[in-house]
Amino acid sequence: MSEPVLQVRRLNVGFASRGRVTPAVRDLSFSVKAGETLAIVGESGSGKSLTAFALLGLVPPPGVVSGEAIALEGRNLIGLPEKRLREVRGARIAMIFQEPMTALNPVLTIGEQIMEVILEHERVSPRAAKARALELLAQVRIPDAERRFHDYPHRLSGGMRQRVVIAMALACAPAVLVADEPTTALDVTIQAQILDLIDTLKREHGTAVVLITHDLGVVAEHADRVLVLYAGRKVEERAARDLFAAPLHPYTRGLIAARPRLGGRGAVRARLTEIPGTVPGLAAMPDGCAFAPRCPVAEAACTLALPPLVPAGTGSVACLRVGDIHAAEPERLSVVHA
Amino acid sequence: MAALAHLRRGFVQIAFVVLGIAIINFFLLRLAPGDAAQVMAGEAGSATPEYMAALRRQFGLDQPLHVQFFSYLKNVLTLNLGYSFRQGLPVSELIAHRVGPTLLLMGASIGFAITVGGTLGFLAARHAGKAADTIISILALLFYATPVFWVGVMLVVVFSVALDWLPVGGMITIEAGHTGLAYAWDVAQHLVLPTLTLGLFYLAIYTRLMRASMLEVYGQDFVRTARAKGVRAHRIAVRHVLRNALLPIVTTLGVQLGSVLGGAILVETVFSWPGLGRLAFEALFQRDLNLLLGILFCSSIVVVLINLAVDVIYTLLDPRISLGGTP
Repeated sequence: MSEPVLQVRRLNVGFASRGRVTPAVRDLSFSVKAGETLAIVGESGSGKSLTAFALLGLVPPPGVVSGEAIALEGRNLIGLPEKRLREVRGARIAMIFQEPMTALNPVLTIGEQIMEVILEHERVSPRAAKARALELLAQVRIPDAERRFHDYPHRLSGGMRQRVVIAMALACAPAVLVADEPTTALDVTIQAQILDLIDTLKREHGTAVVLITHDLGVVAEHADRVLVLYAGRKVEERAARDLFAAPLHPYTRGLIAARPRLGGRGAVRARLTEIPGTVPGLAAMPDGCAFAPRCPVAEAACTLALPPLVPAGTGSVACLRVGDIHAAEPERLSVVHA
Repeated sequence: MAALAHLRRGFVQIAFVVLGIAIINFFLLRLAPGDAAQVMAGEAGSATPEYMAALRRQFGLDQPLHVQFFSYLKNVLTLNLGYSFRQGLPVSELIAHRVGPTLLLMGASIGFAITVGGTLGFLAARHAGKAADTIISILALLFYATPVFWVGVMLVVVFSVALDWLPVGGMITIEAGHTGLAYAWDVAQHLVLPTLTLGLFYLAIYTRLMRASMLEVYGQDFVRTARAKGVRAHRIAVRHVLRNALLPIVTTLGVQLGSVLGGAILVETVFSWPGLGRLAFEALFQRDLNLLLGILFCSSIVVVLINLAVDVIYTLLDPRISLGGTP
């Protein structure tokens, strides 16, 4: 495929208080190509939403973003003045939010809110902007767009509102679309529709999608690549197919094992496995691997130094024990090295 | 039309509310010791019991309370406000003379407080945590904490006595006999100090309220959406935040108008402004209950009407609110 449109190198996000910065996302690097979906997966508090906001330069104070680069189409967004950043936001990189119920301004019609993006970034007449907004409403499959254009958000269901948010995000045909848990707040039946819609539009426009989620079911169906975040660090990143077939990091394995699954016919429904313990607090991060205290295969070395990211098959993984795990399960190893 | 139905229901409610207020007022005022006959007799220096009895008979004060009440109720229902024996004029005529200046003073003060206070609050919220915010917040606190009568007296001392820029009191320069534009200009000059005096306190309230309300809206999700859309900061403030921040302001406005009327009494007294407030003040001391009841009755109608207007303004500001029940 082509050059990546978004390249993140050694991104750090932290919270400043009393002159000290507590890191929440550390040394995170990844890249996304046009037309590709990268899923960023992790528990609450793993820093995945924070990463999403950092991509748009929207981390609220006291958050601090630093690092080498967030290169969007070759332009580094880190350190860019607010004025330039504003020109990029909504135009070249756009975002879909978790809560469609509150993401729209209650006192403006949805038409006005979609037109706003276009008028803010492009020199077009209001008439042209309106025509485009109507087109977008049709593209996100909102029936009766002409009439809906003049509706206020409270007249729309959650799924419809999320479609409007998607229309707003795609209004200027951005190179990168960041979707922060876009379906968490929606009904299950609507979830699939929204994700399919994102997939279709991504294919039509060649948009790169960064999908932030904790739902592995969503990941399996919609992502090309998966990045697993634990306590602000990347622990594994691989092609989705490979990751699900043979998760390498003990944390990824735990996540996949913790997924509810439909049993086969007549199968006894087993109790869901869980990962014991919780993500360590930002201030009390252990020295070595952050997952070591909860890890079933951790050994003394794990708590001494941070495990480095090493190449593994279609991606990389950060675990000292990864070789031993393979040795124990040779049939899975073959997939990794395929 | 749902809106018309709402207004009709509103007016029915108003009728009951106002009637209730009238009844409460009637009994409340009877709780005060002394009556008009006593006050008049006291002013005359000496009075025989016969003279006082004659006065009471003339005013209808010798009747049993329930008879007085029912005759009052009958008068209220027929919108007859009665006769002020003290002033020797029908109450409705007295009120008609005085209501204009009071509404002018209230309107000017509230208008001043909302526009200037709203702007200051807006600016403070836009520059939250910076120097402009600190200065505005300190000023607001100062205005909030300063007693109204003191502000009035100080304004008179500075602008009327020392600088001689503005008149000390009254509403018109009586001897000038202005007409037309000159009259309006004359009234405007007289209006400045009372408006400032009454308005500064409310200005402080609206400054603080607007700032707090704006900051709250700034924290909401749709503002983040607007940022993510790349909308420029000024447009976010005006288009997205301000309009949503206006609702609490309008609510407070409706609630406070009653108290503005109360504040008007003080200011009208300090500036000899010929308004309802001063009339009520005099009526209270003279136990001129007919007049006092009439004034209270009229002000309750004004306050209730304003609250009805607030309901209508809500629907203009927020499409989620609709008149006539659930959307």
